[in-house]
Amino acid sequence: MAYVAIKGGAKAIEGSKLAYDFLRSRQGEGSQPLDTSTIENQLRLLHSRVISEGGVYHPKLASLAIKQAQGDTLEAAFALRAYRSTMPRLAETEAMDTSRMRITRRISSAFKDIPGGQMLGATTDYHLRLMRMELLDESAEAFMAISRSWFDGLDVAQIPDTFPKVLEGLRQQGLLAEAPHNPHQDLPFDITREPLIFPVPRSAALATMTRSEQGSLLALAYSNMRGYGDIHPTVAELRVGFVPVMLPHPISGKPMEIGEVEITECEVVAMYESDEQGGKPSFTLGYGACFGHNEVKAISMAILDRSLQKGMQGTPSNPSEDPEFVLLHIDGIDSMGFCTHYKMPHYVTFQSDMDRLRATQSKQAAEDQKS
Amino acid sequence: MNDEHFGFLDEYAKKEVRRATLKAVAIPGYQVPYSSREMPMGRGFGTGGLQLTLALIGRGETLKVIDQGSDDSVNAVNLRSFIEMTCPGIHTTCRTEQADLIQSRHRIPEKPLREDQLLVLQVPYPDALVVVEASEDKRKLLHGEADYSRLLVKLYEDIVKFSEITISHRYPTRINNHYVIDPSPIPRWDVPKLHQSPALILLGAGREKKIYAVPPYTQAIPLAFEDVPFRVEDFSDEQGQRRSCVRCGCNSSFLDEYVDSATGEQVYRCSDSDWCNQQLELQRRVEEVVEVANG
Repeated sequence: MAYVAIKGGAKAIEGSKLAYDFLRSRQGEGSQPLDTSTIENQLRLLHSRVISEGGVYHPKLASLAIKQAQGDTLEAAFALRAYRSTMPRLAETEAMDTSRMRITRRISSAFKDIPGGQMLGATTDYHLRLMRMELLDESAEAFMAISRSWFDGLDVAQIPDTFPKVLEGLRQQGLLAEAPHNPHQDLPFDITREPLIFPVPRSAALATMTRSEQGSLLALAYSNMRGYGDIHPTVAELRVGFVPVMLPHPISGKPMEIGEVEITECEVVAMYESDEQGGKPSFTLGYGACFGHNEVKAISMAILDRSLQKGMQGTPSNPSEDPEFVLLHIDGIDSMGFCTHYKMPHYVTFQSDMDRLRATQSKQAAEDQKS
Repeated sequence: MNDEHFGFLDEYAKKEVRRATLKAVAIPGYQVPYSSREMPMGRGFGTGGLQLTLALIGRGETLKVIDQGSDDSVNAVNLRSFIEMTCPGIHTTCRTEQADLIQSRHRIPEKPLREDQLLVLQVPYPDALVVVEASEDKRKLLHGEADYSRLLVKLYEDIVKFSEITISHRYPTRINNHYVIDPSPIPRWDVPKLHQSPALILLGAGREKKIYAVPPYTQAIPLAFEDVPFRVEDFSDEQGQRRSCVRCGCNSSFLDEYVDSATGEQVYRCSDSDWCNQQLELQRRVEEVVEVANG
């Protein structure tokens, strides 16, 4: 009988877990379990995405999450986030100084000539998306040769570690408003410790976006680019690299480097606005930053940051300018959980729905008979 | 999972849930925001209720977990075994009367609760006003002013259009004459159980990050009109006879409707599986007594 379907839950769950795990092994004899270090290094963009959406900088656990989720980015980020719930927060860092970023890539679309020059770094931007058939059957020797030849003909000592920020130049020319305040004086909103109550400060919006699901963020930013918005962004600088994380020394209190995190950072310059106090009009800014190498996410975030700031000043004229609309719908963990919960039984509520429909239908039938 | 400490969450997180709970009890029906943590199961699977349970349960206490009226359904099993795993020293039960704490999705047990019991309801949408106002910022104002006119207009429009109020479950309910709550997707059948309940009822929405409460012996009145009163689900058949459970014969419980796959007949069964089992047991005992009496 149909009733049986919801019974015996414990056995069903156990069987389903086994089936899920079994599918990892279906490559068959001669296959090897996936090495987590391979995931971190060879699937580095997938890894970046998970570490960014998971919101915990733990490269090793992010690889494990990808392995156990069989490559599902949402599931993997989800496992990382749940791990985070078991950890107390022990310390707070100062705001990171990204001008000290050890850079692997930086470009500007606003200026041809930026101090230090454009550094393409590792990007697929100019790849021809043709199938590289030789990778189908790659020999270990050929693979190792790639890393052996990496520093050939390079004077490593000559490569600078970091570069000045592009926006500083614009500020000096008076085209950009001064940074609004000293970020060190203003404690950032911690979305993992405080609920969002609207209106929210910009730091809460930025924190929500940096953990958000990349596709959701892109979709909303894209709506703004296509016409449901008027930001007209120009990428002033997009940089990828490693930023030192500083904490006060437990005894001396002096800030010391405890490690570094790889991040992607994007600053966009947008339509200029007149100063409210009657000063000179200047360009406006949007900012995006996230863990790992995720350029689409950082750019989308910078665009949405700008559109949200615009919406918060006046009345939002489209969804991408409405903080409630954007911030409450971009979290992958929240949205996937609610989406998948529809697979659970809803017998009770559907029973109640049927009761209302039947009551409504019989009322209507009775009235039709009268007329 | 071997080195987790009691209750999965770190102590700061549990403390925050308890503080939000105290505030929720102090202001009946008010939705207290809290920074809901990610749990290792999907948001929307009961993470709000789970965080309440984990923050409130202690060693030696007894827990019951229900989903859709059943202790055995997949999600209830999953939640219960997670709580057992992370809270060593607690007991679990399927019996309503044995439980100190009951976490439930979509149902309030048929058996009346006692003062020493605590009911935690999982909530997908905490705000009853969401059907008439999309913005949370604006909804907060409406709640503050106890302005529920737009909800009443919605009910009125239903009557004009369909001659019936069409809200089936999660029926908006006014608590202590002020805040109107979404009582979680319990059927209308369960709404009267909120009113003057001897047990404390806590409602937790994990994804929407809200905790609210119906404290013991508090007014909980479903929104309605004098001439169109609140009605619960009707289980009478075409002849107007109250349908009964095919398993235990109870004709006073909320019923699940389904098609018997053998006969193709439409049959009804108690939605609350513990209630159904206890009714059966009672009958067995009565039969035994009758047999003994008849010698």
